[in-house]
Amino acid sequence: MNKQSDPKYPASFTRRRFLQGTAAMAALAGLGRLAPAYAWQQTGNLVAEKTVSGNTDIFDLTIGHTPMDIGGRSANPITINGSIPGPLIRMQEGREVMLRVTNNLSESTSIHWHGILLPENMDGVPGVSFPGIEPGETFIYRYPVKQSGTYWYHSHSGLQEQLGHYGPLIVDPAQPEPFEYDRDYVVMLSDWTYDDPYHVLANLKKAEGYYNYQKRTTGDFFKDVSTMGWGPAMDKWQMWGQMRMSSRDILDVTGSVYTYLINGLPSGSNWTGLFRRGEKIRLRFINGSAMSFFDVRIPGLKMTVVAADGQNVEPVPIDEFRIGVAETYDVIVEPDGDRAYTVFAESMDRSGYVSATLAPREGMTAPVPDPRPQPVERGMKSMGMDHGSMGHGDMNMDMSSQNTMDQDSMQMDMSADNNSMSGGMDHSKMNMSAEQGSGMQHDMNNMGSGSDWVLKDRKISHGPDNHGAGAAMVSPNPMNRMDDPGIGLENVGHKVLVYNDLRGLHPWPDQREPQREIELHLTGNMERYMWSFDGEKFSEVDGPIRFHHGERLRLILVNDTMMDHPIHLHGMWMELENKHGKYRPRKHTLSVKPGEMLSAQITADAPGDWAFHCHLLYHMKAGMFRVVSVA
Amino acid sequence: MKPKKPGWPIPVHDNTLYSKLMIDRLEYAWSDEEDSVNWEGQYWYGGDYNRLYIEGEGEDVVSGGEGGEIETLDILYSRMIAPFWDVQMGGGYQREYGPGPDKERGFAVLGIQGLAPYWFEIDANLRLSDDGDASADLEAEYDWMLTQRTILQGRFETAYAGNDVPEFGIGKGFTNAKFGLRLRYEFRREFAPYIGVSWNKYLGDTADLREAEGEDTDHTAVLAGVRMWF
Ligand SMILES: [Cu+2]
Repeated sequence: MNKQSDPKYPASFTRRRFLQGTAAMAALAGLGRLAPAYAWQQTGNLVAEKTVSGNTDIFDLTIGHTPMDIGGRSANPITINGSIPGPLIRMQEGREVMLRVTNNLSESTSIHWHGILLPENMDGVPGVSFPGIEPGETFIYRYPVKQSGTYWYHSHSGLQEQLGHYGPLIVDPAQPEPFEYDRDYVVMLSDWTYDDPYHVLANLKKAEGYYNYQKRTTGDFFKDVSTMGWGPAMDKWQMWGQMRMSSRDILDVTGSVYTYLINGLPSGSNWTGLFRRGEKIRLRFINGSAMSFFDVRIPGLKMTVVAADGQNVEPVPIDEFRIGVAETYDVIVEPDGDRAYTVFAESMDRSGYVSATLAPREGMTAPVPDPRPQPVERGMKSMGMDHGSMGHGDMNMDMSSQNTMDQDSMQMDMSADNNSMSGGMDHSKMNMSAEQGSGMQHDMNNMGSGSDWVLKDRKISHGPDNHGAGAAMVSPNPMNRMDDPGIGLENVGHKVLVYNDLRGLHPWPDQREPQREIELHLTGNMERYMWSFDGEKFSEVDGPIRFHHGERLRLILVNDTMMDHPIHLHGMWMELENKHGKYRPRKHTLSVKPGEMLSAQITADAPGDWAFHCHLLYHMKAGMFRVVSVA
Repeated sequence: MKPKKPGWPIPVHDNTLYSKLMIDRLEYAWSDEEDSVNWEGQYWYGGDYNRLYIEGEGEDVVSGGEGGEIETLDILYSRMIAPFWDVQMGGGYQREYGPGPDKERGFAVLGIQGLAPYWFEIDANLRLSDDGDASADLEAEYDWMLTQRTILQGRFETAYAGNDVPEFGIGKGFTNAKFGLRLRYEFRREFAPYIGVSWNKYLGDTADLREAEGEDTDHTAVLAGVRMWF
């Protein structure tokens, strides 16, 4: 057994760059003393510490608490090998890995290899795949590496992930990649709180909207009155009031308690990735947050998305992308000119941001963009109540994106609603009953993005009790929102990535038509901070969701809540059924927008029990979790 | 679901029990007649569906009179039956203390609590006393968010008595209507001092009873207090 660096470390790594890197390290030393190694590797081309033995790459990981400074305040995060995020794990497709994980915490822990296909007992979910790793114990994960791309890993125990228990994972492909680049950086986004995560959860449970300091005020109402007039403003107030919903529920936990991090460093530390003029840089964005969706852009630079959730896609040039919790996007940028660029990641609700820099020399910075107007506000779409098909043509139904009302569309919306909804809206649930809704459903589903949508004629079915008390609302007409960049990004004036832009490079091996459909509704009751599937928390269901081994499935997700949920399936891919037919992008995490319905094809080829859950940590903890059993 | 294998944990514990002590009002009230300290609060313990509630409200006169009243002190089992509604049932207690002998009575209580359309917080109860007297009470609150931290709360309270209970100064019919306006500032979500006014009017037979005893039938007070929770 010999200790060595990654053999793939490129020859282009020159002495000059090495010196550059050393100077940069010195500059960073005062800031992020305990930042992980790849945060120091400002020359790019990531190296991972490992031991090689025959066909096996061995990683040793020790989990413990390490007191350190985060953004000028003392903190006690959970670290892996002493850093937050943990070290880079770099695997090689076709080889085998062995990961020896030692628990130095005083509680049980685990590591889940997010997005990696592996045997059931190596998946790292306590209670589903194994018993967990007890204090003082070393657990050895060992599995063959059968894929490539950008992934990450994190704890699946309690709320440890919120405390820093996560890190990046890269798998180098066996075949050459279909794109070129000169440098390679991990850009791992996360959210940090100095508060105890259990206290954060208790606050959410005890006080609805505890962290939301962007609620609608009386002033917002009068702003509506001045832009829309009294009638429509009252109608709008009435509509939300009848449902007892907040149009400003964008993120549960916000910048009011979070410090956002890139590679473990807050904005002030200004993590810098160095480049030489004319080089192509691969940025591997990983959203390792507990609760934060980010909108990412690099002002002045076009980004070309080449992979999503580790899987190559047809390159798509964009100016901005929204990254759901647990998703990964690889982009390539080509900075030209002797100048710095700011990598800017705003939380989706605009309550905070984190920035970093790409520059030809360390110490350079570029202007940090002004955070965009807040707050953003949800519209009718988010309730699955879009009435665009009812004779109003293709107007934009979202009532507002940037706190300004689209007066015309608002008036039209409301007049349509008043007629058609009064019946359904009187109930304690916003429920368009079947009698009212059936005529519309058909039309509705034909709109959105095209007749090629597999769910276009689908009638959705809510349970007879509309999923019970655990579901505060149901979406009467969930829609195709795969052409929709999401709240706050509708009118930004540049290209924002949408799910319909993702086109797989190849059709996947299994092209059988789905033999069976499973429809699951994402449900919640914000007043009580209850989150569930089909109105039932994990503890309320008797058994797993059953997949038959070898079958081809269509999983249909319907979002009946006002929030975006990143839904993650362990052990198997989900092939998103967007507009690209058999060139479906395959993903491990699907972000489902409010009022959205989408589907994915799954080949149930991984026997065993697998976790399936919302990747918002506190949603999972509140019950939005299932076990999928493949047998 | 039960553990998959002996000794294995449950993957997600979504049944954690929480508790919250909410002191809605702890205030000093100035009026031309008397000054008093008023309080109202509730404590709950439990999960998403089932909770134990202890709720109470009262006043203690500190000048211009003596004594005070525990208007209600209820211990209730609370069950969520619809997304925004709990049904509550249990026992209640009322006590008047002062110069004379203390007066007290107990109740069986059946109530609902929840969030009505348009974000009105509602707490309504039916009561049957140990002497067989029936009554009902209703409390409604509405919060106007003036800014993210400045909130104007409107409050309305009324009660209905099924029969005369002279001992407690209650006449059959609607007994009183109480309006309050409180302007609070949330330094933290958990801590918000406020100022306000309240106006209480006794109605019908109850008003007559009080008049006969030489008491005022309506009552305006200026308030300063704090709302906090843990
Ligand atoms: Cu969720």
